[in-house]
Amino acid sequence: MPLTPKTVGHIARLSRLEIDAQKTVFHAAQLNHIMQLVDQMNRIDTTGIEPMSHPQEAALRMRDDEVCAENCRQQYQSVAPATQDGLYLVPKVIE
Amino acid sequence: MHDQSLGELRAGLDRKDYSSVELTRHFLGRIHHGQRLNAFISVTEDLALEQARQADARIAGNDSEFLTGIPIAHKDLFCTLGVRTTCGSRILDNFISPYDATVVRKLKSGGMVMLGKTNMDEFAMGSSNENSYYGHVKNPWDEKRVPGGSSGGSAAAVSARLAPVATATDTGGSIRQPAALCGLTGIKPSYGRVSRYGMVAFASSLDQGGVLARSAADAALVLQAMSGFDRRDSTSLDRAVPDYPGCIEASIRGKVIGLPKEFFGQGADPAVMEAVEQAVRIFESMGAKTTGVELPNSEAGIPCYYVLAPAEASSNLARFDGVRYGHRTEQYEDLMDMYERTRAEGFGEEVKRRIMIGTYVLSSGYYDAYYVKAQKLRRMIADDFQRAFEKCDFIAGPTTPGTAFVIGEKSDDPVSMYLNDIFTNSANLAGLPAISVPAGLDHGGLPIGLHLIGRYLDEATILNAAHQFQQRTDWHRKTPEGFE
Amino acid sequence: MEWEAVVGLEVHVQLRTKSKIFGGASTAYGAEPNTQACDVSVALPGVLPVMNREAARLAVKFGLGIGALINRRSIFARKNYFYPDLPKGYQISQYEAPIVGRGTLQIETQTGTRNIGITRAHLEEDAGKSLHEDFHGMTGIDLNRAGTALLEIVSEPDLRSSAEAVAYLKTLHALVRYLDISDGNMQEGSFRCDANVSVRPKGQDALGTRAEIKNINSFRFVEKAVDFEIERQIDRIENGGKVVQETRLYDPDRDETRSMRSKEEAHDYRYFPDPDLPALVLDESFIEKVRSELPELPRARKARFESEYGLSRSDAAQLTRDRQTADYFERVCSKTSANPKVAANWVLGELASALNHHNLEIADTRVDSTGLAKLLDRVADHTISGKTAKDVFLLLWNSDQSVDRIIEDRGLKQITDNAEIEAVVAGVLCDHQAQVRQYREGNQRVFGFFVGQVMKRTRGKANPKQVNELLHEKLK
Repeated sequence: MPLTPKTVGHIARLSRLEIDAQKTVFHAAQLNHIMQLVDQMNRIDTTGIEPMSHPQEAALRMRDDEVCAENCRQQYQSVAPATQDGLYLVPKVIE
Repeated sequence: MHDQSLGELRAGLDRKDYSSVELTRHFLGRIHHGQRLNAFISVTEDLALEQARQADARIAGNDSEFLTGIPIAHKDLFCTLGVRTTCGSRILDNFISPYDATVVRKLKSGGMVMLGKTNMDEFAMGSSNENSYYGHVKNPWDEKRVPGGSSGGSAAAVSARLAPVATATDTGGSIRQPAALCGLTGIKPSYGRVSRYGMVAFASSLDQGGVLARSAADAALVLQAMSGFDRRDSTSLDRAVPDYPGCIEASIRGKVIGLPKEFFGQGADPAVMEAVEQAVRIFESMGAKTTGVELPNSEAGIPCYYVLAPAEASSNLARFDGVRYGHRTEQYEDLMDMYERTRAEGFGEEVKRRIMIGTYVLSSGYYDAYYVKAQKLRRMIADDFQRAFEKCDFIAGPTTPGTAFVIGEKSDDPVSMYLNDIFTNSANLAGLPAISVPAGLDHGGLPIGLHLIGRYLDEATILNAAHQFQQRTDWHRKTPEGFE
Repeated sequence: MEWEAVVGLEVHVQLRTKSKIFGGASTAYGAEPNTQACDVSVALPGVLPVMNREAARLAVKFGLGIGALINRRSIFARKNYFYPDLPKGYQISQYEAPIVGRGTLQIETQTGTRNIGITRAHLEEDAGKSLHEDFHGMTGIDLNRAGTALLEIVSEPDLRSSAEAVAYLKTLHALVRYLDISDGNMQEGSFRCDANVSVRPKGQDALGTRAEIKNINSFRFVEKAVDFEIERQIDRIENGGKVVQETRLYDPDRDETRSMRSKEEAHDYRYFPDPDLPALVLDESFIEKVRSELPELPRARKARFESEYGLSRSDAAQLTRDRQTADYFERVCSKTSANPKVAANWVLGELASALNHHNLEIADTRVDSTGLAKLLDRVADHTISGKTAKDVFLLLWNSDQSVDRIIEDRGLKQITDNAEIEAVVAGVLCDHQAQVRQYREGNQRVFGFFVGQVMKRTRGKANPKQVNELLHEKLK
């Protein structure tokens, strides 16, 4: 089923992407074009097939519980947009 | 110097024909001359010379390894300590990485000299290198044309002899397609062979680092040095890496080449098919056998890929939110506004498109129809390969449907761009190693790529076949005009 | 109409691991902001998660502790949403295949023992913290907590009142501490609770619409928040309204829950298996090893306390409510020749009230098990009386001296010399002829007066049993 401009607006918001309200029709058309390509999947019957998430079926490797990271705050925060007193600053979060 | 193989450069350095500093200066000079190709986002001249001096000291102290002192360019998707790492995106325009990717660290400790960071499609999303915040890259073979993508900068740099070799990454064909379009040898190893730590993720279950080189022998050397288990990557394989350079010399007599009818039907240019068929005859003349195999679900590769890759990408790219690093918009009213504007300004059109597609196919009510369906197809595609490999040692076909296209030709039509991956992305879906090898030139003198896909973990066989092919052909020696 | 409340709880337990679940930073509480935020905690571009084995071990330990199904294969999934304290833009959690499946937790309620179903328990990572004060209208983000291993324990909607919810929580809290999988520190957020509350007419099977209440982080608040919410919902329905499915926040200052509409908008977490993490596969030997290390659990221990020490059901229950108390009691018993019932009385009486008075945990007690055992020995061997022992206990609490030293220095040793006591008894009877007469005329209550007088003259040191015997004898 085709994406409506309204759905596009919803997806953009979920994705935290500002889009020009004037352009949702254009975006919808473009995304629908891609989804038509994707819909070719439906030509193939996949009944009874187990979904595959990983190219190898290996088991998760686990590490020992050891603290092995130093304090890199200064280095990591040197590339941060806004910090104060060691905290990352963001616009007020309202709960 | 710039036309020498890595083996020749090793010998030259060891014989003191030139020092690593001289070699590095030479390539830095070529990069300067080749600036119009826009192959590099950052050229790290001072750091390169410093690393070259260290390499020279190692050579003088008889402490060198095979690659010590040899320059390399890194795709700007690999994090490099103290060096800007942009992923071709505005959102990381100011990002100085505080650490080295495992691949970078391994090659650095082997003494390789980093010349700089190469241009790429933003976050590796693209097949033409037109989706870069830093502008498109020109194909050295015809500067009106694209070099392919997403590793277009690495391909253009090696093809134009601005670097002897380069790292690259491949999620759906991003090493092999530019290799084909630029007349290079490009290998994507098996999933898990090369650590993904520090390689900024596009689609985690498909991404794999590899090499763009001028020959299979060069590719084998660098792949050897960058492969191997990494405890920082949970998908890294704890398996010994074969001696690739040692594997390539063997004869391919008796090897069985699988020819899938799905790759030899419609879809590719006649010139491309002609070159591939010619290549198969060359293999046969060396004693290899051929057999028909079937990959009946390969038509699902593209749609399957364009569900899974965007889905993973939509999640992987959520961390670029303007909070801890990277671009943050100047003006915003509140948190939501900050997020939305930062990401709208920071990402280019194609990246936004894929994030939206990915968000859509994972969203409530569509997950089963799209994401789960694609995962099932993925298994069917992987199973097809497994069956095919019961009958053959490797599979051959074209790398791309056509040769390099004109810049701008497909940029307004995402779907026609996506179809560039038609022969390559199934190897990513199945996690298999694959290589593209120069196999001819079309009527316009543009390179054509031969695509070989190997069994899981069997990079050795396809490197061996590619190298033996290069003993009989000289397509890989051809240099674009003006860069000899 | 009569209403019935239906409550299910989701408890987030911080697992006791030294490092984070997917990264190498320390999990120690209270560090300077972002000094324990490693590359993975900060979600630098290109970094990848690597699973901490200890987190898996602790989760399995919990599963075995509630007799739950342990899933041999569980899957990490990404829960996608944007929030500044969630650095990757997704939380790694488990969705379709959690590590721990169905189990039960037995709780004691006023109406008796009940089995509460546990739907599942899954591993996930914690988020960072948002600090709202004093940043010029901005919010500060501290990622020290981001990536700490959590076990989310989800109950069935089997609870029927706030009291049951509290009983369940307390039982669960004791269990995680018994198992030593978490410090259970509620002030530091190691044990946090969300409640799903709905109401329905009594007798109806179908569930009503539920509200999820967040931010209830003490036993008392759980009781209040659930009570408030039940009342609110009944009130609403009885006034012709409808309960809407929503997330509500409990505000302890106002003792009310209120809607969190901001969190409500566009909830679509787009869960999918995390491609960075293959399936978590547990082999039998891993599970058996954890099983072999399981401590004795509260129920078994309670039963043993009754049979082995001859304790009453209520004493056994109280002593086994937390592991530290039960351990303390057993240490005392192993060191004293006194009757275990006496030891139980002391642990639940004097010791508990002293701890309570000073607002201390048993781990911080100022009278250790050796000290208490010695004190009980001195009562058992009649060196001091039970009454004097209570004074000695307080002296012990407030000093570093040994029991014997205190008894010695303060001359508290009991008088057990029959002749000496007899002399005092004789003196008392002689001095109180009037009372002796009353007693002999049948006023038995005066007996206590004589005891008191004898004790007064011996400054409480006379052996009470001997005093009793001698008084009876002399008054015949």
